[in-house]
Amino acid sequence: MRARVTVTLKSGILDPQGKAIEGALKSLGVSGVASVRQGKVFDIEIEAADRAGAEAVLKGAAEKLLANTVIENYRIELTR
Amino acid sequence: MKSAVLVFPGINRERDMARALTLVAGRAPTIVWHADSKLPTGTDLVVIPGGFSYGDYLRCGAIAARAPIMDAVRAFATEGGLVLAVCNGFQIACEAGLLPGVLMRNAQLRFICRDVYLRVERSDTPFTRGYNAGQVIRVPVAHGEGNYIADGETIARLEGEGRVVFRYSSPDGIVDPNWNHNGAMNAIAGIINERGNVLGMMPHPENHVEALMGCTDGRGLFAGLLDHFKRAA
Repeated sequence: MRARVTVTLKSGILDPQGKAIEGALKSLGVSGVASVRQGKVFDIEIEAADRAGAEAVLKGAAEKLLANTVIENYRIELTR
Repeated sequence: MKSAVLVFPGINRERDMARALTLVAGRAPTIVWHADSKLPTGTDLVVIPGGFSYGDYLRCGAIAARAPIMDAVRAFATEGGLVLAVCNGFQIACEAGLLPGVLMRNAQLRFICRDVYLRVERSDTPFTRGYNAGQVIRVPVAHGEGNYIADGETIARLEGEGRVVFRYSSPDGIVDPNWNHNGAMNAIAGIINERGNVLGMMPHPENHVEALMGCTDGRGLFAGLLDHFKRAA
């Protein structure tokens, strides 16, 4: 099975990198960008018997390592 | 004072730390590898030094915080053992749950490598007894992610319980945004855990311990620790 885990900063957490990218887009003349928040994407191949099993493994991975839940949220998507 | 300095792949300040400990405490520390699962018997002080563990991949300190030796460090801290975590060590300690909060990218996005001034907020901890409360010391920093952040409730607790022990300040001890080089909340440079036996700090006291370095303001931290163990003995 393939999965994608997306990790993003919680709202209210200052994101200096997102701010810098936002500034760069503006200086490039890309119009209509109101704000940018930077995050991370993990594409994971997983061996599990069923979706529920895969989701449990991914939840463990996200909580234990992929995200720091003090400042970040994560989202799990199983693609097939 | 029997100390153990932890080494993870990418850590590069362990020799500076070992030199400072040997110089001030008169005894060389044991260097402990991350894959070990035990600390040397009779360890008094565990030091997590600075560097770039695992190349700062994922998040600074995130992978090192999950290394086998960290279970032993957590158990050591739970029993009241002293842990000094400097720079990348501070990031590792936060990721390992030994200290609250997170070190984020510096507010102005630049790596900062220079001397800063720290106001010592209290002298009644094993780590700061070599200083006076309110004293200002000059210590180097070298980090890209030293911007301390925690939720409002955690910050209020840290402040309320007097757990902020070092704050970025001017040379005369004024806390001002102009002297808070990395944008840390409340100009926080160093904090202790609830029990007071784990200190995390971004600046490098180990790099200001002998005349050759141009300043010896960092020496008080190690001298204070030595004094703490001498009195306890």
